[in-house]
Amino acid sequence: MKKYSKEFLQKLYRTMLRIRVCEESLVDPILKKEVLCPVHLCSGEEAVAVGVCAALDDKDFVFGNHRSHGHFIAKGGQVKEMVAEIYVKETGCSRGRGGSMHLIDPEKGMLGSAPIVSGTISLAVGAALAFSIRKEKQVSVSFFGDGATNEGVLFECMNLAALRKLPVIFVCENNFYATHMPVAECRPDCNIVDIAKPFNISSVRVDGNNVLDVFEAAKQAVTACREGHGPFFIEAVTYRLRGHVGPDDNIQGLHTDIRPQEEVDIWKKKDPVINFEKQLLDNDILSESEVSKIKKEIDKEIREAHVFADNSSYPKESELNAYVFK
Amino acid sequence: MSSNNRKLQYSLAGNEAFHQIMEEDESVFLIGQGVKSPWYVGNTARGLLERFGPERVIDTPVSENAVTGAAVGAAITGMRSVVVHPRMDFMIYALDPIINQAANWYYMNGGKSSVPVVFWSIINRGGEQAAQHSQALHTILAHIPGLKVVMPSTPYDAKGLMISAIRDDNPVVYIDDRWLHNVEGVVPEEIYEVPIGKGAIRRKGNDVTLVGVSFIMCHVLEAAAELAKENIDVEVIDLRTIKPLDKDLVLKSVKKTGRLVVADGGWKTYGLTAEISAFVFEEAFYSIKAPVVRVTLPDSPAPASSVLEKAYYPTTKDIVEAIRRIVKKKPVRR
Repeated sequence: MKKYSKEFLQKLYRTMLRIRVCEESLVDPILKKEVLCPVHLCSGEEAVAVGVCAALDDKDFVFGNHRSHGHFIAKGGQVKEMVAEIYVKETGCSRGRGGSMHLIDPEKGMLGSAPIVSGTISLAVGAALAFSIRKEKQVSVSFFGDGATNEGVLFECMNLAALRKLPVIFVCENNFYATHMPVAECRPDCNIVDIAKPFNISSVRVDGNNVLDVFEAAKQAVTACREGHGPFFIEAVTYRLRGHVGPDDNIQGLHTDIRPQEEVDIWKKKDPVINFEKQLLDNDILSESEVSKIKKEIDKEIREAHVFADNSSYPKESELNAYVFK
Repeated sequence: MSSNNRKLQYSLAGNEAFHQIMEEDESVFLIGQGVKSPWYVGNTARGLLERFGPERVIDTPVSENAVTGAAVGAAITGMRSVVVHPRMDFMIYALDPIINQAANWYYMNGGKSSVPVVFWSIINRGGEQAAQHSQALHTILAHIPGLKVVMPSTPYDAKGLMISAIRDDNPVVYIDDRWLHNVEGVVPEEIYEVPIGKGAIRRKGNDVTLVGVSFIMCHVLEAAAELAKENIDVEVIDLRTIKPLDKDLVLKSVKKTGRLVVADGGWKTYGLTAEISAFVFEEAFYSIKAPVVRVTLPDSPAPASSVLEKAYYPTTKDIVEAIRRIVKKKPVRR
């Protein structure tokens, strides 16, 4: 921990906390049906997004999936624009046309997210292809879940990327569940990290709840890609503390969350935000008063994002077809 | 058999079809993402896993292409496969086995091998789910030679068309709509078929022919009832199957009324309404007294914002107004 600057560690903590507070701030509005669009909260998975994005520059690109609030924020996306999008307002990052599952901030290199499982992996490969054609040193990152490793297109992408040594980092956020299906019911072998090996892609499995472990793996991947030794595969082992969609699949009456309570409890103890905070306090990187100041600032920021969303207008009916073609 | 007036929800009517045909025919099996999760397929798969076991009720990884291809392969080799795509959008990954393989298989193999597979997919939209969770792609499939496409709008048809689809020796695309799942209607308890390729007249009338299919039939019937108050006499046709089309039923009606309005929950351009209009103009041109009017989605992806959703999805009012454009109000008879 000593090898990192205080500013850097504090930034990691702030970003993780920003994601967590933002996610949890959505729980009530969802339950009260103020937020209607499907929302896939990433509470518990913050360290993956933050660790990976900390190794990237603004000009590096990221593509996400249905659960991408964390990717958007970690890549530097405007929180208030994301919250406004979740409320499907005209001021949202996708102007109310996309909702929670379609988040974009091109200026920050957040190039989009989409809920078709595996659907954006090839797009990340395409971005890396463009870098390679233009002989640029940027890298492209694809975030996907363990469920996506069951789709054929991922394997086609790994093959293509390896064949052309493309600067793309495949980041599998393994949270052990593809919606209602445990990973062991989806795969005969749960060592996802191994799927990259037949393609001669360097791969590493990390504790996805430890932001510094994720950062180190991502840094190694980014360096390899920038030096022309891409692609790279990271399996980040993590867990979602909320339901697949919404705060809790069971609360919503569907009783589809079949995760054993003991399992959830074990992972609650591995909370990436709380544990990192404790680590920072224990190592005297941050004081109690600094932590409480940061928390206040972030609470305020997220409250303001909700106010911004509240005060924003919905898209106009007359502009229904506004973005069909450029 | 007990009462012929038993009412059942649409989703449970489909469910009963599975229970009965899987009991009757051991070659029938159900495979697809979420068949054990009510969240994916609603009540349509209730009790099937418990009754028929995991060999014949197979929940799968998210591998649409492989799972659909496997269903086709099993159908070629003696099974009657039903593969479910709980959202039509997710089925796009599976268009290769559906179109290149299953649809062409019987023809390109000179009739030596057929594909008794049902591609069951659910249109699942609204609720601000946006563009990749809302698409109704029925006309893409209906365009393909070698595929039959059915879209039941009532619980009775949901059951009978599923039975017919499974018993058919050809690939059949069975499309239901989540918005229909809670609709109740009379469903006989015994196993029965609704013939593929046959529409139904839901209401007799003389002033205008109003054609619809699947969920939009709810709006179509409301519109006809509302116009009846103005003494506009609407003949309502539920296509039930969009490929092969029951052209005779539509033509006979249009020849009587001279006017046609077509409503569809899909997009307008190159869509179902275009096809219906085209064959009516080809085959009943001299009977037509007024322009055809189409009520469809605009040619736009589905928006997230519910404000835009309201503008996006056709309503009863849109259909009423469409008909008023080509049928003049008649004085109410006393």
